[in-house]
Amino acid sequence: MSWEVVIGLEVHVQINTKTKAFCGCSTEFGAEPNTQTCPVCLGMPGQLPVLNSEAVNKTVLTGLAINAQINLESKFDRKNYFYPDLPKGYQISQFAVPLVEHGYLDIPTAEGEKRIGITRIHMEEDAGKSLHEGLDGVSHIDLNRSGIPLMEIVSEPDMRSADEAVAYLKQLHQLVRFLDVSGADMEKGQFRCDANVSVRRRGEPLGTRAELKNLNSFRFIKQAIEYEANRQIELIEDGGTVVQETRLYDSVRGESRSMRSKEEAHDYRYFPEPDLPPLRLSQQQVDAIRDGMPELPGQLRQRFESEYGLSPYDADVLSQTRELAGWYEALVAAHPSDPKRCANWLANELLGRLKEAGRDIEDSPISARQLAGLLDRIEDGTISGKIAKDVLTDMMADGRDADAIIEAKGLKQVSDTGAIDAMIREVFEANPQQLEQYRAGREKLFGFFVGQVMKASKGQANPALVNQRLKALLDG
Amino acid sequence: MTYATLSELRAQLDSGAQTACSLAEAYLERVQALNAELNAFVHIDADEVLEQAAASDTYRASHGPRPLEGLPIAIKDIFCTQDGPTQCCSNILKGYRAPYDAHVITRLKEAGAVLFGKTNMDEFAMGSSNETSAFGPCRNPWDTTRIPGGSSGGSACAVAAGMAPAALGTDTGGSIRQPAALCGITGLKPTYGRVSRRGIIAFASSLDQAGPMTRSVEDTALLASVMCGHDSADATSVADAPEVDWLGACAARDMKGLKIGRPREYFIDGMDAGVLQAVEEAIETCRELGAEVIDVSLPHTPAAVAAYYVIAPSEASANLSRYDGVRFGHRCEAPEDLLDMYTRTRDEGFGAEVKRRILTGSFALSSGYYDAYYLKAQKVRTLIRQDFLQAFAQVDVLLTPTSPVTAFHIGEKTDDPLTMYLADVFTIALNLAGLPGLSQPCGFADGLPVGLQWIAPAWQEDRILAAASAYEAATDWLSQTPATGGN
Repeated sequence: MSWEVVIGLEVHVQINTKTKAFCGCSTEFGAEPNTQTCPVCLGMPGQLPVLNSEAVNKTVLTGLAINAQINLESKFDRKNYFYPDLPKGYQISQFAVPLVEHGYLDIPTAEGEKRIGITRIHMEEDAGKSLHEGLDGVSHIDLNRSGIPLMEIVSEPDMRSADEAVAYLKQLHQLVRFLDVSGADMEKGQFRCDANVSVRRRGEPLGTRAELKNLNSFRFIKQAIEYEANRQIELIEDGGTVVQETRLYDSVRGESRSMRSKEEAHDYRYFPEPDLPPLRLSQQQVDAIRDGMPELPGQLRQRFESEYGLSPYDADVLSQTRELAGWYEALVAAHPSDPKRCANWLANELLGRLKEAGRDIEDSPISARQLAGLLDRIEDGTISGKIAKDVLTDMMADGRDADAIIEAKGLKQVSDTGAIDAMIREVFEANPQQLEQYRAGREKLFGFFVGQVMKASKGQANPALVNQRLKALLDG
Repeated sequence: MTYATLSELRAQLDSGAQTACSLAEAYLERVQALNAELNAFVHIDADEVLEQAAASDTYRASHGPRPLEGLPIAIKDIFCTQDGPTQCCSNILKGYRAPYDAHVITRLKEAGAVLFGKTNMDEFAMGSSNETSAFGPCRNPWDTTRIPGGSSGGSACAVAAGMAPAALGTDTGGSIRQPAALCGITGLKPTYGRVSRRGIIAFASSLDQAGPMTRSVEDTALLASVMCGHDSADATSVADAPEVDWLGACAARDMKGLKIGRPREYFIDGMDAGVLQAVEEAIETCRELGAEVIDVSLPHTPAAVAAYYVIAPSEASANLSRYDGVRFGHRCEAPEDLLDMYTRTRDEGFGAEVKRRILTGSFALSSGYYDAYYLKAQKVRTLIRQDFLQAFAQVDVLLTPTSPVTAFHIGEKTDDPLTMYLADVFTIALNLAGLPGLSQPCGFADGLPVGLQWIAPAWQEDRILAAASAYEAATDWLSQTPATGGN
């Protein structure tokens, strides 16, 4: 009897607003502890929350992008628990009526596309951070993060393997970055995942689930889910039963341990937040947000294929991020004659070199206009593609334009028939034996002559012209 | 002189008969003489008061007077003020200094008022007698063995005893109106959303509303005109609230043709006979002034106290979670661990009544009990709101006693919280409905003041002010003052 793993994911996505969810404090990452705080996010007596409408708009945009229902009236609730980095002793969240419900995301799997249901997206505020390490028995609290707006995106238990879970997360990660609703930098905690994992024998009802907390990289998520599924299967096969509990994954040891059981679970005593009236939106507001929706990755991919004739592979590569797609389109705009050449040079050359240096397209030392300048010189025959690669190396080193480098290094391609003919004659004179053999029928030697001529020209002869003239002079 | 109304004091300041400094000195002297006995003020700094008064005199000389120029206003200890401590009369906030002024305080300052000390109150406004204060009980100036009412007991006492011409209070279930009634002064709870709650330490957020406590109806209108107004930093402060011509409404002093509803559920067995008699006489006076009195019913009134004592503690249980010893206020000595710090800090910092309400509220919100308590209470709240809407389809205002009893003795009800809660039976329903209500003096029972409560539809404070000022003009309760401390 084979086992089936059932996975549902809860993802906390930090919304990239300039200010916090309920006050005017900056959300900038990395400031000195407690410098981005005010009486509201410190939970001082008498202070009241005022909702950040930008955070609302970005949550609505995300909801629309997953084809969800936008609730024109949603409500905020208080989630009560004591923790030193939760200043008010409750978190403002949405419990009974979230802003977004009933959406989905289509993900690629080995068996083709699969639809993963998204139960809800609700808005809430982040807590601060407790610091224990290296403080000699005392704890410090940094409340810079307190009150930063989050979306909690809750999926249906629709995933059946760790790979599907990772595919879903990657799709979601790409989506929120495309929508520019989150930086989604996992190292900065802007995209955090909890996983609900259970196992069952195929065809049986759902098993008891364990909740895995704190999964902060795609790799750990896969490891943690696989570890947990195996743990549960072994437990059941050994005659035990899975208990409902929250488990913490330790990425260093590669195992999880129990944090708290169902009996120890918090009673959050949710109730309507009396400081915030219900959040009411008009259909017009929602429509306006929909009108501002950027092209999503799938749409871009299709358009790149149909409009520019790109291969599915190149279209996929270039639609990975909004920045990259934008870069590509800027390149095509500056070098409109050959979108495929643009795609090749961007995807294979520039990105390859940036990747080696561990950089993204946003960090490129040259602009799309500059790369287009290089491609123009290939197109008009000034330099060959081979030389162009060397020129690109120089461009990336010092940021100069292609023309300046070609000029300074004298790389201009020789396209003068007379000059090429002269070089060919010199090669013939230097290699009389090969010439005789060729004329006796060893046509393979054609390539040898091309190589010799190119060498004589120091690579600057126009290869097409060399071919053409060689043929004429050899056969003539 | 210290029994003068704000309008009288304003005239004296305008004529030059008084300066802000001379007024401040007179009231400080009065506080000096009486506070040891009455305990109305828990903090007052004479230097700070005189400094503000001097600044006001300077301002007047160069710019002319603002609406409250030079007038001393006592502040309930629940309002955050940048100067002086803000302690909500709780040990957990002992020594706490707020980093900012409440919105209402800013408005008062901008209107030229002199902030005149912090007044006593029930701890976190939880009480009806001012006996739960961490600074000890405040006393009723009409009989110092009795309570002044609560929770704004110190504010009511200060105004009644002439220690301040006016004060700020807050009202969650009657905390302005009930002490006003028991001390023989006037107090208004405006429509929920009319006054910003920012900087007012929260008790029950969906019910709390600040308001004026003064001698006369006109003074209430004057102070309300400064306090009320939209605040974009309070999401429950209503941006497009209908405007009220506060002082204009008082000037009419007319209730001819006014339809007054007399809700039968507010005239019940167990009320003090003296209270009933005083209120009936007041109703008769209104008839004589040309009002039509109509019997109406608010059938869900008997459930109001129960609903209130679920909703208010539920909200309070969350509002008071921030007093955890982590960032401000009291923290226990040498905690062993986090749980020990939380439990001892809160055990030491909160008084018995506050603990009782935190526990009640936490219980009502617990999983498994939420539907039976919190949700049911919210349904009752909706029914109570509908009661009022139906009544106001027939009448313009409602008229009731403010409290079923006059001031009781200190210690009389402290062992019996339920009886204490029932003292709020006539004031609570309109908080649940968000409606405005005003209490004004309407006579005495056995030498103790009786209060008359006016209730209007939301945003119709002007109806109350017109009627209450007409009643005030037709009677001489305003001129009555307690014997405490002489005149």
